[in-house]
Amino acid sequence: MELIYEKSKPGRRAGRVPSYGLPVPEVPDDLRRATPPRLPEVPENEIVRHFTELADRNFGIDTGFYPLGSCTMKHNPRVNERVVALPGFRDLHPLQEDDGAQGALALMWELERILAEVAGLPAVTLQPAAGSQGELTGLMLMRAAFADRGEPGRNVIITADTAHGTNPASVTMAGFELEKVATTDRGNLDLDDLRAKVDDRTAGLMLTNPSTLGLFDEGIEQVAEIFHSRGALLYYDGANLNAIVGRSRPGDMGFDIVHYNLHKTFSQPHGGGGPGGGPVAVRAEIEPFLPAPTLVRDGDTFRLEHDRPKSIGRVRGFAGPFGVFVRSYAFMRAYGPALKEMSEAAVLNANYLLARLRDVYDLPYDRLCMHEFVLSARTLKREHGVTALDVAKRLMDHGIHPPTIYFPLVVAEALMIEPTETETKERLDEFVDAMRSIAREAVDDPDVLKSAPLTRPVRRLDEVKAAKQPVVRHAFEAEAEAEAEAARIEAG
Amino acid sequence: MSTAGYLSLTDADREAMLEAIGVSSIDELFEQIPGGVRLARPLDVPEALPEAVLVRHLEELAGRNADTSRELSFLGMGIYDHYVPAIVDTFLSRGELLTAYTPYQPEMSQGVLQAIFEYQTAICELTGMDVSNASGYDGTTVAADACFIARHHTGRSKVVLAETLNPMVRQVVKTYAPGFGMEVTEVPHDGGTTDPARFAEEARDAALAIFQQPNAFGCLEPAPALAAAAGEGGALPVAHVDLASLGLLEAPGAYGCAMAIGEGQSIGNYQSYGGPHYGFLAAGNEFIRRMPGRIVGETTDLEGRRGYVLTLQTREQHIRREKATSNITTNQTLLALAGLITLCWLGPDGLRELGETCTALAAYTEERVALPLAFDRPTFREVAFRTPIPARDVVARAREHGVHPGYALGRDYPGLDDVLLVALTEKRTPADVDRLADVLAEVCG
Repeated sequence: MELIYEKSKPGRRAGRVPSYGLPVPEVPDDLRRATPPRLPEVPENEIVRHFTELADRNFGIDTGFYPLGSCTMKHNPRVNERVVALPGFRDLHPLQEDDGAQGALALMWELERILAEVAGLPAVTLQPAAGSQGELTGLMLMRAAFADRGEPGRNVIITADTAHGTNPASVTMAGFELEKVATTDRGNLDLDDLRAKVDDRTAGLMLTNPSTLGLFDEGIEQVAEIFHSRGALLYYDGANLNAIVGRSRPGDMGFDIVHYNLHKTFSQPHGGGGPGGGPVAVRAEIEPFLPAPTLVRDGDTFRLEHDRPKSIGRVRGFAGPFGVFVRSYAFMRAYGPALKEMSEAAVLNANYLLARLRDVYDLPYDRLCMHEFVLSARTLKREHGVTALDVAKRLMDHGIHPPTIYFPLVVAEALMIEPTETETKERLDEFVDAMRSIAREAVDDPDVLKSAPLTRPVRRLDEVKAAKQPVVRHAFEAEAEAEAEAARIEAG
Repeated sequence: MSTAGYLSLTDADREAMLEAIGVSSIDELFEQIPGGVRLARPLDVPEALPEAVLVRHLEELAGRNADTSRELSFLGMGIYDHYVPAIVDTFLSRGELLTAYTPYQPEMSQGVLQAIFEYQTAICELTGMDVSNASGYDGTTVAADACFIARHHTGRSKVVLAETLNPMVRQVVKTYAPGFGMEVTEVPHDGGTTDPARFAEEARDAALAIFQQPNAFGCLEPAPALAAAAGEGGALPVAHVDLASLGLLEAPGAYGCAMAIGEGQSIGNYQSYGGPHYGFLAAGNEFIRRMPGRIVGETTDLEGRRGYVLTLQTREQHIRREKATSNITTNQTLLALAGLITLCWLGPDGLRELGETCTALAAYTEERVALPLAFDRPTFREVAFRTPIPARDVVARAREHGVHPGYALGRDYPGLDDVLLVALTEKRTPADVDRLADVLAEVCG
């Protein structure tokens, strides 16, 4: 389909801006724009058709089942969109004085209290913009805590070999060194490996629990003991929190710092790549270092406290992504204590899929899973030349979004499947049928799998070409040349 | 079946599923959690609310806020009450866009991918740069991203910030800098803008030097001179700009900046008490492999049709892990989409007119408000006035009249306690300005 720029024609427009008949002052010559930007000139009906067509070429949870592992693609309740658009939230300026923002601050306070209860840790900052920024914030908190304790030499962070890529990347950005710990055949952290690696240079551990294999670390109490006994801290990556809400709490497991993904566990729609929200909860000892401002309650009123001498500083503008807070708070209030049932259904759905698919795909870790599980297509690959990628692409022809593939890295041909709690049994059964049918196709007609998808707006795309000769914006110049060339041909 | 929330399984479903799994209860599924770390009591959280009651509760909370429909507001300082076109609401509620994840599977995501490609194009056009990422968190964190790029590109560790760069942007850079092994120096303002000679001096051995146009006081910086000043000693010149100004003001790429960054809220996003919004980061081609975050590229499919994919992913954390150019994954795609739709709606003429109306209203405000100007500089959308009493008190008193007159600069700049920063967007009318002038005359009189 055409780009919006290719639909542009000089002199057309959609929006009209008021001028109020006021004289316009001259901008100094050297600061004034010399050449107008080549924004599209398109009437509103064509803009509407353009973005309608783009929406039609996209697939969301609203379109169908979306078992993308580690992403917790649950239903996004529409009431959340209604309440976030209330003028009192939507049109509130972030620098409004606290007395003019009491409703917003009260909502944030309540959200902090629920998050604290879910994590089992007392103090929360809502500021981080996403999970990875929550990670970075957590690592900065560790550095501040150790500096305050007079132990600035603690400079090593340990992560699991199953960790999300964000963990090691955050370690680098926070200025720490990285060390990796191995995973056992059961999918737990290797305690002997850990004991050998944790020493007085260790700042802490970053761990997702349940792990990206969808398995709860059965030795978590010993893991916590290993770190705490050597004066180090534990960081909980909340990417998989949807497995355990109301069943187990990171604070009770021994974690000192936790981030949440509001766009996973608490239903902020992911918007094709964002926004998210990555609040962080900590133990009381780490509270003084939280980003400023923090939220304080004085009786019935709330205020933002900026005077925080030990704070690591600010990690984002204002008090955080407030619209995300409104949606997540509304989501939590729709459940109340039944948030526990949310996690129970997520775990039940995942185990049901696992039980019904284990005989047709490889299962590298043969245990009950939590909210997600990892299958492997290695037998299909070895015997029929069909890869995890082929399986994923073929699922599209069944109207199902593929699982996460080739992650975690410790599993060859990985298919990481997370159904979430909101799906009906019928949807789960459709997925099972599709996966089983694909496994049969791998034997009977592997070429179909190799050429999938056949029903999407495009076939498989050449990613190597995109990376080799990057075209990352529309080439107006080439377009203009082509037009000039066409004009020459017509004239000649 | 639960009485709360958004669950779908019936009791019969649950029984059938437990049987298929081969366990007798839900509890059995959770036995892998060691007994010592299981929560043995219900969560102590407020009771569940059915939807109708939930909406009333949130309406009550929203009603306690003084939003811009309740106070005539002239607050700005980084977030602005510009008009958001109706078609933004239309498309941000399309479920195919709203409820999609990051486009890892391009065949399922051509809509979002093409929209990001179009967004990148718009950002490059507006800033005069070669490459834009798919968005950053906000206007503060993209400044930290620019520091990380410059640290690795130049090998230098010094960050120079104009003091007239938004205070929150400077605070965030200072939070991130130690982790990058960088230190921050600030250049004080001189009568409301930055002195290029002073900027050049500080930037001599720096990795990058960041200034803001228009600056945090609303004044127009001598941006081309500042970019040249930064570049003299080999520092990368970086402009923090506002998209709403770039129909009228020169593109940073045209005056030699290495990168252009900023907060996108003013184009297409509601104020929303500070977020979520989108930050943008654009740079010259030489930085393409150091860019943080998602970048969408054009390619072709098996049948030769044009299509779009996430590209240059070897920069990113899920491939490169600790050697990645950033840890960012989730960005602000939906908010950037709102920006793209707004830019399409405005077009080049509308964007220029938007800037013209803002400057015209600012000039009208200078004329109507009977207070001395704090700085003798050309402005864009914000005007700084000297107040005879502390500006905080002016704000408090004016709000009693239903007018929020602007931002008390002393909240961030010691020594400027008597400066009030008044922001004008195209949503304010000359009559609104007249009312502001009357209220200020009364409370300052």
